[in-house]
Amino acid sequence: MKRFTRDEIASRVARDIPEGSYVNLGIGLPTLVANHLDPSREVFLHSENGILGMGPAPAKDQEDEDLINAGKQPVTLLTGGAYFHHADSFSMMRGGHLDICVLGAFQVSKQGDLANWHAGAPDAIPAVGGAMDLAIGAKRVFVMMEHQTKNGESKIVEHCTYPLTGMACVSRIYTDLAVIDITANGLVVLEMTEGLTLPELEKLSGVPLTAA
Amino acid sequence: MNKIVPGLREALAGIHDGATIMIGGFGNAGMPRELIDGLIDQGATDLTIVNNNAGNGDTGLAALLAARRVKKIICSFPRQADSYVFDGLYRSGELELELTPQGNLAERIRAAGAGVGAFFSPTGYGTLLAEGKETRLINGKNYVLEYPIHADFALIKALKADRWGNLVYRKAARNFGPIMAMAAKCTIVQVDQVVELGELDPEVIVTPGIFVQRVVKVNGVHA
Repeated sequence: MKRFTRDEIASRVARDIPEGSYVNLGIGLPTLVANHLDPSREVFLHSENGILGMGPAPAKDQEDEDLINAGKQPVTLLTGGAYFHHADSFSMMRGGHLDICVLGAFQVSKQGDLANWHAGAPDAIPAVGGAMDLAIGAKRVFVMMEHQTKNGESKIVEHCTYPLTGMACVSRIYTDLAVIDITANGLVVLEMTEGLTLPELEKLSGVPLTAA
Repeated sequence: MNKIVPGLREALAGIHDGATIMIGGFGNAGMPRELIDGLIDQGATDLTIVNNNAGNGDTGLAALLAARRVKKIICSFPRQADSYVFDGLYRSGELELELTPQGNLAERIRAAGAGVGAFFSPTGYGTLLAEGKETRLINGKNYVLEYPIHADFALIKALKADRWGNLVYRKAARNFGPIMAMAAKCTIVQVDQVVELGELDPEVIVTPGIFVQRVVKVNGVHA
């Protein structure tokens, strides 16, 4: 079976981000999206630690300890960018000012519930960061993830078995097999990898799917 | 009025055992290293610490934890690749953790500074982190009741201060500084530069001096 590469998924997400959008890219796979944004379109990247207009990683030896992203990696500020404190930064999320956030996930349910902060192990050290604020705050929440776990289980599920990050918050899922919208009428498949059929995808997913 | 104190000892005087202390910073950006080292020397123990993280490596907050001075930490993201000091103390039950989504952490701090008694936040509704908390349906949307976090002291880092305690920060090192300064009874700031009154443009002062009690100059990289 043909699968979209991580860069192909990131590129597909980037194409769905309109000019002028205020966007937060989560830690991990979503950070790849930045590499695929068309530089001729102005998109404003938000970082939870108080940056709008975040730019790419600096040149070697140009790193600044005071200018990092949510993953604590060095970044830059674009001309016109701004800094602000944490309460303002999370007001941008909770207040519904961000147009899109792109997050990774362990599981997404067919209702759009998101599980991405806790793998559920009883002895795990819990850490949530800004995941819950992002999940419920942005106007649209895009999830980027592998369609299945390493054991072949679908990560799109009837009900999340991992602890929830947010309820009914995901708008669209981008995986290595498909692009799927979560709608009031269920899961709608917008795109699939070449050669894959809807019944095959439905079987792999274990949840009802319809064609767009 | 002169809020500038001569050294770390004077800056940290009076921090008592059992105090709740907010410590600014997001990772290393904005972390007041010298004040934390000074707090270890100062000796206060049985502390409750409010920070976004729970220390990295062996220095700063991690060193304070390793010195067994902290009984409880309120934070959003304790687990990191090099948070082994926290991990060990947490697993052995020596350190209590109150985990709070980052935006709720920020707003609880801001609420304390703003005199708000409590607030309803949509963040965390229906999750483990809202278990046992009061909820309310408001205009068709579910919210969780969150309470402010007050502190006895805040230790924060800024770039410049004047003797009235007006502050400007540097880049994303601002993060929790302005809201922690509002939420603590006594806010202690380390700065790289002390400037004359009038040198800070009143249009761009981020933290007005009313929120600051003590300022100490350290020999930081932007001095």
